[in-house]
Amino acid sequence: MKNSVITLALAGSLASALATLAVTSAQAQEKEKCYGVALKGQNDCAAGPGTTCAGTSKIDYQKNAWKLVPAGSCMTMKTPKGMGSLKQGPAPT
Amino acid sequence: MAIITQASFATALRDETAPVPHGLAAWNGEPSPRRFAVYRNNVAASLRQALAERYPATERIVGAEFFAAMAGVYVAKHPPRSPVLLSYGTDFAEFLAGFEPVQELAYLPDVARLEAARGNAYHAADAAPLAAALLAEIDARYLEEAMLLPHPSLCVLRSPHPVVTIWEMNAGRADAQPIMEWRGEDVLVVRPRMTVEVHRLGAGGAAFFTTLVQGRPLGDAACAATAEADDFDLTAHLALMLASGAFTAIRL
Amino acid sequence: MKASHIEVLRLEASRLPRRAGVGFKPEHFLAIDIEPQPVGFFEVHAENYMGAGGPPHAQLARLRADYALSIHGVGLSIGAMQPLDRTHLARLKALCERYQPESFSEHLAWSTHDTVFLNDLLPLPYTEETLAVVAAHVDEVQTALGREMLLENPATYLLFEESTIEETDFLADVARRTGCGLLLDVNNVFVAATNHHLDPWAYLARFPLDRVREIHLSGHSETVDDHGAPLLIDSHDTPVRDPVWSLYEEVIGRIGPVATLIEWDNDIPEWPVLRAEAEAANALLLDTVARQVA
Repeated sequence: MKNSVITLALAGSLASALATLAVTSAQAQEKEKCYGVALKGQNDCAAGPGTTCAGTSKIDYQKNAWKLVPAGSCMTMKTPKGMGSLKQGPAPT
Repeated sequence: MAIITQASFATALRDETAPVPHGLAAWNGEPSPRRFAVYRNNVAASLRQALAERYPATERIVGAEFFAAMAGVYVAKHPPRSPVLLSYGTDFAEFLAGFEPVQELAYLPDVARLEAARGNAYHAADAAPLAAALLAEIDARYLEEAMLLPHPSLCVLRSPHPVVTIWEMNAGRADAQPIMEWRGEDVLVVRPRMTVEVHRLGAGGAAFFTTLVQGRPLGDAACAATAEADDFDLTAHLALMLASGAFTAIRL
Repeated sequence: MKASHIEVLRLEASRLPRRAGVGFKPEHFLAIDIEPQPVGFFEVHAENYMGAGGPPHAQLARLRADYALSIHGVGLSIGAMQPLDRTHLARLKALCERYQPESFSEHLAWSTHDTVFLNDLLPLPYTEETLAVVAAHVDEVQTALGREMLLENPATYLLFEESTIEETDFLADVARRTGCGLLLDVNNVFVAATNHHLDPWAYLARFPLDRVREIHLSGHSETVDDHGAPLLIDSHDTPVRDPVWSLYEEVIGRIGPVATLIEWDNDIPEWPVLRAEAEAANALLLDTVARQVA
């Protein structure tokens, strides 16, 4: 669908957009790291992933999970009613 | 003498209530549930850990203990089907959406979707972003017919919750503070080079990028965005389109 | 038999430098890349480099340009009684073709049953039946990759009543039947021997040391089993322990210098800690050379 309004808008906006790019691209380049460093790998596997708590896990999470109540930042995050602001229990210290 | 099949070993590994397979013993010939528990724990704990590493903000929101419990339920229901764990847990958000104990945290699945998109982008194929100059060269008359090839890492998410704000506050990107205006946020996730980037989209932005990702031309994208939001800022979104590296090539 | 022997000779041999190497962790990349490091090679877990792109590949390509590389699989499930996962084998082949590592290794263990991946190195009984299956799998891997693979001895916590073959003999037989090399994990020897009330020195005395192409050194943690007996966990989260260093010195004293990896997978310390452990291993390797010359 040819639309002269859109054509004009696109051309004009692209010119403005390109003007802003010239300013920001140098900064972006600088910030860009070549190797995505200083981050742990995502889901790295370990050989024989033994853990120091191995064999001593006492909590049967699977059976009790339904009873547990989330207790992280959701306790302290201020959200409107009905959006997950939990009232139960003390806020974590 | 008991012969232990790997099927029975695997079943006992995954079910904590199952007895240890007969025919496995400690050095003195005695059965040792505690020794078998090492394997059980390695399997369960390592997979819970894999989820925690992929969903750190989600973990922070519900707390480490609750997350471990919830991840345990997920791991039991959806064990990995591949030794390549970097894609394990991609559908965790869908699990959360149906997991009763977190129903009150209506925004939680969207936070997980954002984290999943970031993980996918991290491992997506590399591709050089489109040079802005190429688009500048196109004759204005044909601009609206230009179609753009999305970067392999690109993902557009829409949420009725302030998902980026919540994620930033729980990923150490922003200080935690009250969210005064609870409004939906749409987001563009892309890794143009080696850093995964998360961009909040303005009004109509999601419609604009989603239309482009579908392989439809710029003119359609601008129309779709304007139809959704009167105040769609075309200049800002064209600038983001080019600066974010969300696309890699133009097709006319 | 003769035909398969000729087949074996065509495989590309493992050729890591006879120096200390370190298991690469992404969080160390910047510290490593800043200056040349006194390590002979880096080792990575194959499965962490099976994504399409991104930082893992950028970092590995960078390291690969400057150092020898060992690709160490942790998910092929060679000890499974079911057929190998051909899709996964194809991924390994693609990875080896892309990075041309000096060595490829995997474990005498299983981790997949049916289609479920159990993400641990699980033990298997040592019998004529399992020996035949493992040897066939090793053969299949070597044929697919066109290279010699190294098979690693496991850390185990339990014994199978049905086992009829000593682990050392089992490994020797697999190596003899397939021509594969062995990766001797000295920490695993100490862990398993302690757990099973065996003498680690006796285990080493029986081990087919002439097949060893690489050694792994790592830390372990200590707990007790149901009967109060010591139970060591192969946790890779501490410095190499003294008894493991002693066993290591004994091994290289007997077979001479061999590529030696410092492995650390949990509670990972800063890079200099790992480098220092590698330097300690390097010093022992040099001593061995000096003694051989003298």
